[in-house]
Amino acid sequence: MAIKDFPIEEYVLPGSAACPGCPSTMGLRTVLKALGKNTILTIPACCTAVIQSWYPYTSFNVPILNIAFEAAAAAASGIVAALKKLGEEDINVVVWAGDGGTYDIGLQALSGAIERQTNFLYICYNNQIYSNTGIQRSGATPYAAWTTTTVKGKKEFRKDMGEIILAHHPPYAATACVSYPEDLYNKVKKAMGIKGPKYIEILAPCPPGWRFSMDKTVELGKLAVETGAWILYEYENGKLSFNGISKSIAEGKYKPKPVEDWLKLQGRFSHLFKPEKDEVRINAIKERIRETWQHYKKLASL
Amino acid sequence: MKTVIDTGNYIAARAALMAKPKVVAAYPITPQTTIVEGIAKYVENGELDAEYICVESEHSAMSACIGAAATGVRTFTATSAHGLLLMHEMLHWAALARLPIVMCNVNRAIGPGWNIWCDENDSIAQRDTGWLQFYCSSNQEVFDTVIQAYKIAENEKVLLPAMVNLGGFILSHTSLPVKVPEQKEIDEFLPPYKPKWRLDVNNPITHGNIIFPDDYYRIRYDMQLAQNNSKKIIKEVAKEWKEKFGTYHGDLVEVYKCDNADLVILAMGAIGAEAKVAVDKMQREGLKVGLLRIRVLRPFPDEEIIRIAKQCNKLLVIDRNISVGNEGALASETRACLKDRVEDANVYGFIAGLGGKDVTYNDIEKMCKMVINKKAGRIEWYGLG
Amino acid sequence: MKKYNVKTAISYPKIGAMGKTGTWRIFKPILDKNKCIKCLRCWVFCPETAIKRVDNSVEIDYDYCKGCGVCANVCPVKAITMVKEER
Repeated sequence: MAIKDFPIEEYVLPGSAACPGCPSTMGLRTVLKALGKNTILTIPACCTAVIQSWYPYTSFNVPILNIAFEAAAAAASGIVAALKKLGEEDINVVVWAGDGGTYDIGLQALSGAIERQTNFLYICYNNQIYSNTGIQRSGATPYAAWTTTTVKGKKEFRKDMGEIILAHHPPYAATACVSYPEDLYNKVKKAMGIKGPKYIEILAPCPPGWRFSMDKTVELGKLAVETGAWILYEYENGKLSFNGISKSIAEGKYKPKPVEDWLKLQGRFSHLFKPEKDEVRINAIKERIRETWQHYKKLASL
Repeated sequence: MKTVIDTGNYIAARAALMAKPKVVAAYPITPQTTIVEGIAKYVENGELDAEYICVESEHSAMSACIGAAATGVRTFTATSAHGLLLMHEMLHWAALARLPIVMCNVNRAIGPGWNIWCDENDSIAQRDTGWLQFYCSSNQEVFDTVIQAYKIAENEKVLLPAMVNLGGFILSHTSLPVKVPEQKEIDEFLPPYKPKWRLDVNNPITHGNIIFPDDYYRIRYDMQLAQNNSKKIIKEVAKEWKEKFGTYHGDLVEVYKCDNADLVILAMGAIGAEAKVAVDKMQREGLKVGLLRIRVLRPFPDEEIIRIAKQCNKLLVIDRNISVGNEGALASETRACLKDRVEDANVYGFIAGLGGKDVTYNDIEKMCKMVINKKAGRIEWYGLG
Repeated sequence: MKKYNVKTAISYPKIGAMGKTGTWRIFKPILDKNKCIKCLRCWVFCPETAIKRVDNSVEIDYDYCKGCGVCANVCPVKAITMVKEER
């Protein structure tokens, strides 16, 4: 779907509590255009829980059940079950959760909901930190990134949530990025046409969290994909395929930009360049990206 | 009306069946598991038209019930001990969200070490959550109370979730005869659920976003008013049930042979049942001992306790729980409620039955004799040694 | 909008729930309509829903625009410039 054909209806209202340049509202605008009015969101503790603004008003125009941090997928399971009994199964039930509430504290509920074949869409908007509490490391934080709890740079590599989801063999899973709204829109639309548990993870570059200037949210997302640091793919009926620039990279038609191009725009990686270039850690990052690509290319060829 | 002989757990499952919840989300834990199994059978054979979510933890069980109740349907779950503790956060959530979920809790001791027997620390630790709390002393009471709980909880003047407690292995696994009304009579007593707020795509509200102190304070106050309102409604519902179905277990309390009593026992749950036997025996022997069985702990039945204390100023409170560092919950709350209102009341707090330690009518008689013979202090740990 | 008569944390949708967030701005986006090719990228990416589609073009809602500059950053023809707010 081309941007000009996106529905005009807005479900994210202007005047929210989001930071200027926020990838959550940016992504959610597109997601809700694809989902439409017939949607119930459940949102655990995360930035978006706060972005809604405060009682008695909300900045969103779809029904939202805010829920405890670890419980989003479980609450969604309850909503889906109730709608089934009410004969309203055509309503989209969607979780909109951050990486903290997905990779870490919310992982159990998510795994259980998928294993039960719950008919819902789980969207993780991934800014790679516990952003709402002020930028602490999560299981999604990449290696060497500064956060308030990994002050000299994270010592561990991040989890590959995609692999965890794929191990559940859901009918549909995909990665996306706020910088590619048409790809995101299409994926959400496709997911909602499939019955069963669906998972979409959206890379969400966060200006205060990644330490970059607030106008560059889209630019950072593009660079993540163009350097290969973030892979766009879809998994449908057991088959994995790449999308957009990631597809071109996989087919050898696009030479990924050097990952330093992405790293050096982010203050959270500035210690890798100053006072001098940290070749050891940057090479470790590159190596992990290379391994990840190898692994996914193998999966795609199966 | 028919008579069914079954365990407290299967009776609870039957009551849940007849209350017609649309979503059940549950997780197994000893000694609640047969409730969950009972419901699974009803769903699989088509008797219960509900979505049964076999969740992956008790925290998720309550979260799923919250999701379902917020969408506008009647829900049910059951748990015990560690499961109840694990859902603690979501118990608070359900009450603050004003969702009339009904749950059976089979009282069991908390570990470590693993102790599966009857102990009320689990539900006592949930007193502050805003849930209504019932303590059942018979399988009939379990059946009646589960259905009554829905009627009370869903009343627009209440709108708070309700916990129906039954003693692990004592009630849960003991078969007793229970009078079960016809489904259509239950339907007349308990009409279909009408949610007072819900997630509705035609009315897109947000529930639970940021709220500032003044507004939060007002919600808390309204919850307090709701529990106060529930006192009257609990009485009305118990009376209505008695008129329709013939069984009655008191309302907030059950006053048992307290006329002219020199000593009144306050007890809950399984010990409450045993205390009746003890009272009968002691009265046959000429001792004027009565029982105020506490059926409802939340809302706290202060008026009823004050009334009894004015008649009889010696109260023997048996707690199958302990707030380590202070005393048993019922004793503590009884003392607090009587202070400045019944000045000459003497409250003797007995801790008994922790970890499933058996409490027989002989034990209760011994406790009474300790008080009568002035050998009881302010707090007694019965049977230690 | 139906209001529920239950004392619990229920909130109702409102444009400007945080007030006129345009006051947050330090820089203000200025659109040169002559350069605009109506690709609508600024509209789709605005995190504030502060760019509206009007007729075939776009218009910035300065009541709510927080001045993040994403629109200027994504515009393929640099039709939007960020100008320091005069206060």
